[in-house]
Amino acid sequence: MDAIMLQEKLVERLLCPRVRTARQKEKQYVGFATLPNQVHRKSVKKGFDFTLMVAGESGMGKSTLVNSLFLTDLYKDRKLLNAEERINQTVEIIKHTVDIEEKGVKLKLTIVDTPGFGDAVNNNECWKPITDYIDQQFEQYFRDESGLNRKNIQDNRVHCCLYFIPPFGHGLRPVDVEFMKALHEKVNIIPLIAKADCLTPNEIKKLKDRIREEIEKFGIKVYQFPECDSDEDEEFKQLDKELKECTPFAVIGSNTVVEARGQRVRGRLYPWGIVEVENQSHCDFVKLRNMLIRSHMHDLKDVTCDVHYENYRAQCIQEMTSKLAQDNRMESPIPILPLSTPDADTEKLIKMKDEELKRMQEMLNKMQQQMHDKDQ
Amino acid sequence: MTKQHENHRDMNFSHTVLKQSGGSTLLGYIGIDTIIEQMRKKTMKTGFDFNIMVVGPSGLGKSTLVNTLFKSQVSRKSAGWSRDEKIPKTVEIKSVSHVIEEGGVKMKLTVVDTPGFGDQINNDNCWEPISKYINEQFEKFLKEEVNITRKKRIPDTRVHCCLYFIPPTGHSLRQLDVEFMKRLSHSVNIIPVIAKSDTMTVEERQEFKQRVRKELEMNGIEFYPQKEFDDDIEDKSDNDKIREMMPFAVVGSDKEYQVNGKRVLGRKTAWGIIEVENPNHCEFAQLRDFLIRSHLQDLKEVTHNIHYETYRAKRLNDNGGLHPITSNDTQESNL
Repeated sequence: MDAIMLQEKLVERLLCPRVRTARQKEKQYVGFATLPNQVHRKSVKKGFDFTLMVAGESGMGKSTLVNSLFLTDLYKDRKLLNAEERINQTVEIIKHTVDIEEKGVKLKLTIVDTPGFGDAVNNNECWKPITDYIDQQFEQYFRDESGLNRKNIQDNRVHCCLYFIPPFGHGLRPVDVEFMKALHEKVNIIPLIAKADCLTPNEIKKLKDRIREEIEKFGIKVYQFPECDSDEDEEFKQLDKELKECTPFAVIGSNTVVEARGQRVRGRLYPWGIVEVENQSHCDFVKLRNMLIRSHMHDLKDVTCDVHYENYRAQCIQEMTSKLAQDNRMESPIPILPLSTPDADTEKLIKMKDEELKRMQEMLNKMQQQMHDKDQ
Repeated sequence: MTKQHENHRDMNFSHTVLKQSGGSTLLGYIGIDTIIEQMRKKTMKTGFDFNIMVVGPSGLGKSTLVNTLFKSQVSRKSAGWSRDEKIPKTVEIKSVSHVIEEGGVKMKLTVVDTPGFGDQINNDNCWEPISKYINEQFEKFLKEEVNITRKKRIPDTRVHCCLYFIPPTGHSLRQLDVEFMKRLSHSVNIIPVIAKSDTMTVEERQEFKQRVRKELEMNGIEFYPQKEFDDDIEDKSDNDKIREMMPFAVVGSDKEYQVNGKRVLGRKTAWGIIEVENPNHCEFAQLRDFLIRSHLQDLKEVTHNIHYETYRAKRLNDNGGLHPITSNDTQESNL
């Protein structure tokens, strides 16, 4: 301990006790523990945004489920098309945006709907408009990010895609497999079993097992829940485990309120009983809502930014640099010409010329070296 | 008076009864009505055939419904084919026959299944194998009929009825539904049914049915019972009532549960038991009564008298006849 510190200590001890303790406290407490609060306050002020895509054939209950999840009525004046009107319809992309505020926290929710998916007789590549849309959002963000004014970037990237599997089949259909494979590396896919109130508990279990098997068999990368931290408590870990074993979620949605067991709940009234949307023993709606909104919303956004977007960005940059490299190569031997991507033959020719040049260069170097040696 | 005496004498030789204006008056009991009983006895002895085809995408409960309708394991599923087989790449036609008996009457029931219909990504022309199959059965029957030495009873493999399963989306018919029914309603009796209707509440079901009926009308699709074949006023009023109710919203099940002290066929969920034969729950009972208890014979007759005849006329016109047939033959009426 050197002299200055000793002196400081003496001064401290001599000063009055109140100041002394305060000084001591100050020394121990830096104050960055308030950082989460500061972040919290700032984000509350800024608000959050979330983009959710729903995909699946018509009549799977997508709109009803979205309304049930967010307790809104986004599709109030929707006109249902009949079969004839739908003949020449291609898959459209329709966005609905709604601002929701709860306990001072603002959420700008965007729902991307995909009417027409899977409805035609020939559904070849019916997912192309959807993949194009997702890529467009990535491209736009990439451009904005590389631009000059980055203060107000609008993030329209799709954070999550709920895919509705019909409960009538015996597992995944060809169109389900193709769709998920086309999208699993661009967006977080969460498969759902739609209209689950037409299945008995046994049938639901069988269908879920079958779908999980097929997802693995076809190598489809659906959204994986992140692993629990090892320091979480047992109850949380248990809940997390249950959640993971429950996928794909079997959901029911409802726009109507019914009276059940003396309470008013969202549900569906059948002659043989009442289905309650928020009853965990009836369907997995609550699990889906908790997962989507209450625990994993942020993680979905993170995975979109860190994984899907980064993949897109890396791919994009690679394409750009390979194009540039080709352009650069062309500049030296031949005057600059506006060239489209060269075909296989010209590529070979270019390679040959490159190697020739290299050889000539080496020979030149050797000759120079020889001359240099000779001189010496 | 004399005339009547003559008739009375001649009755033992079964001469035709002289008809007086206003209808015949018989002076005794001939026994013509016993012919019905004779026919009945004969039919019971020979039994009869019924061929039903089920069409619809996989998983809509077609096999279960047919089993429930005939209260026996008559579908393809029960014939030993596994339920988990893969969806075929093209539409296949698989038929299974069983002989079932009730009240002394034997019926050879053939269920024709069409796995692969509507299951692919590209379903263009998926109705063609089905259309081909139906025409092939007509062709088989036609060939037997024009043979010189004909079998006493031509084996009838013609499709008498096609149950078309509409998925319960709650919105409207799909393009595929319209295309199929448009093309096939002129070669076979189509009965559209709404499958797995326990997914809709009563109001949703009514709305859906109305929309479907409207769409069928707009597209000129005549499903069975076709309006143009109603024989008389009585038929028309009966059939009108049925047409108002169609398409039937059905639920099928082969499991039994205890409800109010009775064992019923149903589906057990966490919120209640759906009773298949309860008219408040679904329209299975109405479909069954319509299909089996009242219109079974009519389905066969319409198939024979109308669809088959249409096919036959077309064939004979196209080829100028299969083999030399006199003009008398082409004009004789068939029963």
